[in-house]
Formats: sequence, structure tokens, C-alpha cells
Amino acid sequence: MLRDRFFKFGLKLAGGLIALLIFSIFVSLVIASIPSIKEFGLSFVFGKEWNPVEEHFSALPFIIGTLLTSVLALAISLPFSLAIAFFSGEFSKKGLISSLIAYATDLLAGIPSVIYGFWGLFFLVPLIRKLELSFNIPPYGVGIFTASLVLSIMIIPYASSMARDVIALVPSDLKEAGFALGSTRLEVIKKVIFPYSVSGIFAGLLLAFGRAIGETMAVTMVIGNANRIPHSLFEPANTLASVIANEFTEATSDIHLSSLIYLGLILFIITFFINYIGNMIIERMSVNGRS
Amino acid sequence: MGEVKLRILKDRIFTFIIYLLTFLSVIPLFAILFSLVKKGLGVINLNFFITLPKPPPDAGGILNALVGTFLLVLIASIVSIPIGIVAGLFLVETRNRFANMLRVLINVLQGLPSIVIGIIAYLWVVKPMGGFSALSGGIALGIMMLPMVVKSTEETIKLIPYTLREASYALGADYFTTIFKVVLPAGISGILNGILLGIARIAGETAPLLFTAFGNPYLNFNPAKPVDSLPLLIFNYAMSPYERWQNAAWGASFVLIAFVLLINIGVKLGGRRWRVKL
Repeated sequence: MLRDRFFKFGLKLAGGLIALLIFSIFVSLVIASIPSIKEFGLSFVFGKEWNPVEEHFSALPFIIGTLLTSVLALAISLPFSLAIAFFSGEFSKKGLISSLIAYATDLLAGIPSVIYGFWGLFFLVPLIRKLELSFNIPPYGVGIFTASLVLSIMIIPYASSMARDVIALVPSDLKEAGFALGSTRLEVIKKVIFPYSVSGIFAGLLLAFGRAIGETMAVTMVIGNANRIPHSLFEPANTLASVIANEFTEATSDIHLSSLIYLGLILFIITFFINYIGNMIIERMSVNGRS
Repeated sequence: MGEVKLRILKDRIFTFIIYLLTFLSVIPLFAILFSLVKKGLGVINLNFFITLPKPPPDAGGILNALVGTFLLVLIASIVSIPIGIVAGLFLVETRNRFANMLRVLINVLQGLPSIVIGIIAYLWVVKPMGGFSALSGGIALGIMMLPMVVKSTEETIKLIPYTLREASYALGADYFTTIFKVVLPAGISGILNGILLGIARIAGETAPLLFTAFGNPYLNFNPAKPVDSLPLLIFNYAMSPYERWQNAAWGASFVLIAFVLLINIGVKLGGRRWRVKL
């Protein structure tokens, strides 16, 4: 019986260790950012300049770059993700085509981000360059739009799988009641399925948004790495994650390294809250579903 | 009647759009797979797997990256699997506020950007050790794999009928024996599936390795020294100006994606067989 007590203690210990791990990640980031926090304070977040040579650092260009790429990516992928969700959650729940689609989105989620970046660099960038030439804008090829395009493909599986699950969970008697009143499928979707599943769809989109914000490699390879506030969607820029990836090993001074970790801390806080809210919505839904 | 026809027409158009967008969104997958096969397959031969990289303009093989990836995955597995399984058991066995909070925290950990995990491994391992190493990269990947091990353990063990445990208790077995001789063996295939999917995921991670494992053009088995990995090699070669290096990157991408897809397919097929048995 002593063994049982040790074992139960071991279980608790493992759970506690993981909680401690997440807490220590946050604390370590804060401690390592202290030199930069002391130097720049909160103005770090709103300052416009990132200049490693003059050792003046602030995060606004990257916060703007991150938000622009991820919002645009979410907007581009939204119609496609919702279409997949309604297709496999309502139109074609079973059968060869729907399992093929499910399999394809699984594979999309499984492709490593460096391969997305590589493919984007060699196929999308030349394509965008041609497009820019025909519109008479500077033909960078790389930039915010290209990064958003790659990101939008990458987050389709995350945005669609959650939405598909909640759409498939809508009770069929509710839908049948709608059909019995003479509604078309579009009307049932608009008036019954969508209101019933909207919070789950929102949670899925939120998690996909979190993915887009934190995505590093694919973005780093196609965004063009310019440390300034972008004035157009076709300009090179940098995101929080991509500037860390680019400059971390080359940081020459302690304050530079500390500022990069400060950026990591901001990234941690943003994604923490997005994931926390998304997961709380899902948790609440599954509790409601059970009762 | 006109109004009814309009409603039906709207419905038809909507259905058409759903089908159209669904099929359009599969195109990128095929475009990516197609270019990997087209550009990658030609580079691959036996030499590609068993030789080391050569200085430009030659490219050489990817042996260093294969060994490095193996080493990193091994370290990550050692770091994450034991504690992940035990923590997963904890979540099944415990119903209180802390367990609920932990569940949310684990999801949050899974959603953390991989580059942040890289910074953490840098602060915790690279800095104290005084240099880049396979160990630090493996620990970074292990932290990323941990949530997947915990969740697959929890999901699997939850499905095992409680009667199985009662049978074990009725035979006089204690809690420890019941868990290790009855519950875990019954759920081992599901846990294994989760572990394999976790390995497939971390084997393709690049960002947390940039300033931990760092990359290394030479063969290295020492965990205290830097190693290369397939995704790191792809990144470095892809960004290089040499055509042969870029071609080697396509070849390495093909190898990596084949590895990831094989695990995914294996888990799908294997999972189906095991589920029937259970």
C-alpha cells in the first residue's frame, strides 16, 4: 500500500511539474527581458524604431507586421475553412469524398512549416512578383501579402477541423424541425446550424489565429525581413517571431538579445491569452453539451 | 411560386459555392506534394543518404541531418514520454479544479509559438552549458511533444472500461499493479499512436532548433555538441544562393515529408486495427 501512496504522489508530481514548467517559461522570459524592460520600459511596445546598430529597440513594427499578416491570413482562409467545415460537417458527412477531404486537411496540418516556406519562396514569390509588376508596384515578391497567403493555407486545417466538429454535433432533430417547416438547406444552416455552432466556430478561428501569430519559419522565409513599419501589404516587413528567428544568433550585445527575448515575452503573452480564451470556450461548450 | 424558386436557387448557389471552395482548398496540398516529387525525387539516391554535405558548389548528402534528427527525436522522447504518460494518468484519475486548470494549461502550452520554446531552451540549456548542443534542441522538441503525449494518454485511458479495473481490484491487485499491468497495456496502442504523431510533428520543427541544435555540417553523435536536422538543413540550403544546395533541399524535403506521411498513414491504418481489437 506504501507503493500506491508513492505512485499517487508521483501522479500529482507529474501534473504539478507541467504546471510549474509553463509558469517557469513565463518567469524565465520576464527575467531575461529585464535589461531591456529597464532600458525601454513600456515605450518598447509603442516605439517605432528597431535599430541594432544604435542599440535602440522597440516592438511596434513587428507587432503591426504580426497583426497584419495573421489577420489577412485569417481573412483569406475564412471562406475556404468554413466551406470545408460545412462540407464535411453537414453536406457530406460520410463517404469517399468527405474522408478524402478530411485526409487532405490532416496532411496539410502535417506538412512542416519549413516546407511551406520553401514552397512559398520558390512558387508563390515569383508569382506575386509578376502580379506586382503588372500593377506597377515595386516587385519585391516577398512581403506581408505573400506571408499571409502561405499562412492562410497553413491554418486551414486548424480553422476548419474545430468548426466541422461543432457543426456535425448540431442535433439532427433541430435541423429536421427546420426542414419540416419547409426551409431550404441554406436557411437551416443560417437559422439553425450557424447560431448553434457559432461559439465553437469562433473558438476554432481564434486558435487558428494564434497559430498564425506564432508561426515562424514559413513567415521568415517569405516576408522579406525589413525592420520598419510597412506602408503597404506588398512591402517586406517582419513579425515578432520572424525577427527573433533572424537576429537571435547574430545578436552582438546583451541589450539586443534581451530585447529579442522581450519580443518573445510579448509573443508569449498574446498567444497565451488567445489560446486561453479559445480553450475556455471549448471547455465551456463541452460542459454544456454533457449536461 | 416565384419566391419559392428564388429560395431554391439561392440554396443551389450556396451548395455550389461550398463544393467549389472545398475543392479549391485542396489544390495547395497537391501543388506542394507535386513540386516535392518533381524536384525532390530526382536528387535522391543511395549516396544522398550515406554521405555528408560538401562545400559549394557541390551539395553532397544529408547523413549528418538524418543522424541529428534521430538524436534530437530520441532526446525529445526521453524528456517527454515518461512524464507525459504519468501526467496523462493524473488527468484521468483526478477530478478537481487543479486538473481542469492543468488541462487548459496543456492546451495553452501546445499553442505556444515554437520560437518561444526555442528561447526557453536557449536560456535553460544553451547558456548554462556555454554552447549550442543536441541536448538543448532535444529538450526544446521534448517540451513541444509533451502536450501531445499527455493528451493521447488521457484520451486513450479514458476510453478503457472501468470494469477492467474492477476485475483487477477484485483479484486483489493494488492500484499500482492495476495501472501498470492492466490499464496501461490495454491502452498502449492509443498512447503509442499519440507518441508517433508527436514524433512526426517535432521531426519537422525548425524554429526551436535555430539557436539550440544550431546545425552542423559534420557527423556528430555527441549530445553536448551541435547537430544538424532535416528541417534545419532544408532551411539553410533553401536560403543559400547555390543551385545544387537548393536541389538538395528539395530532396531533403521529400525525405522529410515521406517520413511524416508514412507515420500518419501508419497510425491511421494501425489505429483502425487496434480499435477493433479493443
